[in-house]
Amino acid sequence: METILEGTKAIVRIAPHHRTVLIGERINPTGRKRLAAELAAGNIEIVKQEALTQVDSGADVIDVNVGAIGVDQVTMLPRAVEMVQEVVDVPISIDTADPVALEAALKVCRGKALVNSVNGKEEILSRVLPLVARYKAAVIGLCMDEGGIPGEPQKRMDIAAKILKRAQEIGIPQEDVLIDCLAMTVSADHEAGLATLDAIRKVRTELGVNMTLGASNASFGMPDREILNAAYLALAIREGVNAPIVNVARVRQAILAVDVLLGRDEYAQNYIKGYREKQREGK
Amino acid sequence: MSGVLEQIAGVLYEGDDESVCTLVQKALNEGIKPGQVLRNGLLAGMDQVGVDFRAGDLFVPEVLISARAMHAGMDILRPLLSQSDLASSNKIVIGTVQGDLHDIGKNLVGMMLEGGGFEVIDIGIDLPPEKFVDAIKTEHPDIVGMSAMLTTTMQNMKHTIDALENAGVREEVRVIVGGAPVTKEYADEIGADGYAPDAGSAVELARSLVKQKDG
Repeated sequence: METILEGTKAIVRIAPHHRTVLIGERINPTGRKRLAAELAAGNIEIVKQEALTQVDSGADVIDVNVGAIGVDQVTMLPRAVEMVQEVVDVPISIDTADPVALEAALKVCRGKALVNSVNGKEEILSRVLPLVARYKAAVIGLCMDEGGIPGEPQKRMDIAAKILKRAQEIGIPQEDVLIDCLAMTVSADHEAGLATLDAIRKVRTELGVNMTLGASNASFGMPDREILNAAYLALAIREGVNAPIVNVARVRQAILAVDVLLGRDEYAQNYIKGYREKQREGK
Repeated sequence: MSGVLEQIAGVLYEGDDESVCTLVQKALNEGIKPGQVLRNGLLAGMDQVGVDFRAGDLFVPEVLISARAMHAGMDILRPLLSQSDLASSNKIVIGTVQGDLHDIGKNLVGMMLEGGGFEVIDIGIDLPPEKFVDAIKTEHPDIVGMSAMLTTTMQNMKHTIDALENAGVREEVRVIVGGAPVTKEYADEIGADGYAPDAGSAVELARSLVKQKDG
């Protein structure tokens, strides 16, 4: 099972035996009030620097989300995608809950994009999957539906299976569906991390598809968040996540370490290269 | 303040529910009024938890252990509290607005509010405006809390407030809003009574609003 994403030049392959692919999460105004204000003021150029910084830090894919108050996503999202593609050649993950903005962005996006995201809700599936098929993109499927996010791993797995089935029915190949089993806050429920890990394992063994995870959620409300995030990513990657959405600069070296330990980094070249880069930056 | 009440506040801060129960019983045996045990023992401890949480000295799981200890103490006190004591525990209805399935933040706020001495009625997620209207009519809360995590669903906070107006129940409650994309400016724009950037501040905000209302 190999998911292929394309940027203007770079091609990214997501597969179980490959190194872990990093999707950079920083172009997202949620929780970043300054970025939100810049976007609302029409200063869309700001996404260029955010994209460059992340690719310099080792991001393989750039997530683009411009959802903020006062931002017209239908005009701003495609512009942001174009801006990002002017400065970096990696694939784009188009991140929006607005299908009209999504289509506008898909129209201008070069290469093969990743659509972030659909979930198990009927309305979303019937509205968004046809766009994914028409523009030959890949898509992230979130394990939630009309009933919210199920606590039981089996129910999340059932939603994943439903999304995969519906995608295939309209001609999206299964390798173009990435499942996100959803990282939940462990500060509010100490077993929430385990439930997600169990769901990831089920999806890997029963569906065999590639998976993403927004792991940073898990550490909300806790001290030393980076330690928790890195530990969680290590466990999740072992269970089957191979393209997490992360703050690349913060967790890259930890993920490179995981790849060494899982035998995905021959002669530990990536890990050592990452170390040298950090040395050069004087960190 | 009597020594035992300070001790209650202390063990509640530590999240030691067994000691909270023992000491609450002890205070009652000493003849201290249940309402005083609540205010100067349990709520005093919870206040300190709130202060230290906002200062970044305590973390969410620690707040939740204290909230659990608070519940254990309340289980003993509740049957003994007078009507006026009970009336002082304010009611708040919370839920996420239509189209929004994100319940983590809402749940956290709910737990913090319970810990802060509020009676919390959690009406769920993805709620059309009329559900909020119904809840006000049946529960008669002091406050309604709405949560949204997406810019797209955030607009439904305004629709919900409009629905409360149209149903003639807007004046009965204070409306507070929160969630990642929400800002103070947006809260003002849609005519909410308050905005809290995090769960700890939500408790503070709710308290200040009921004080205004009661005062």
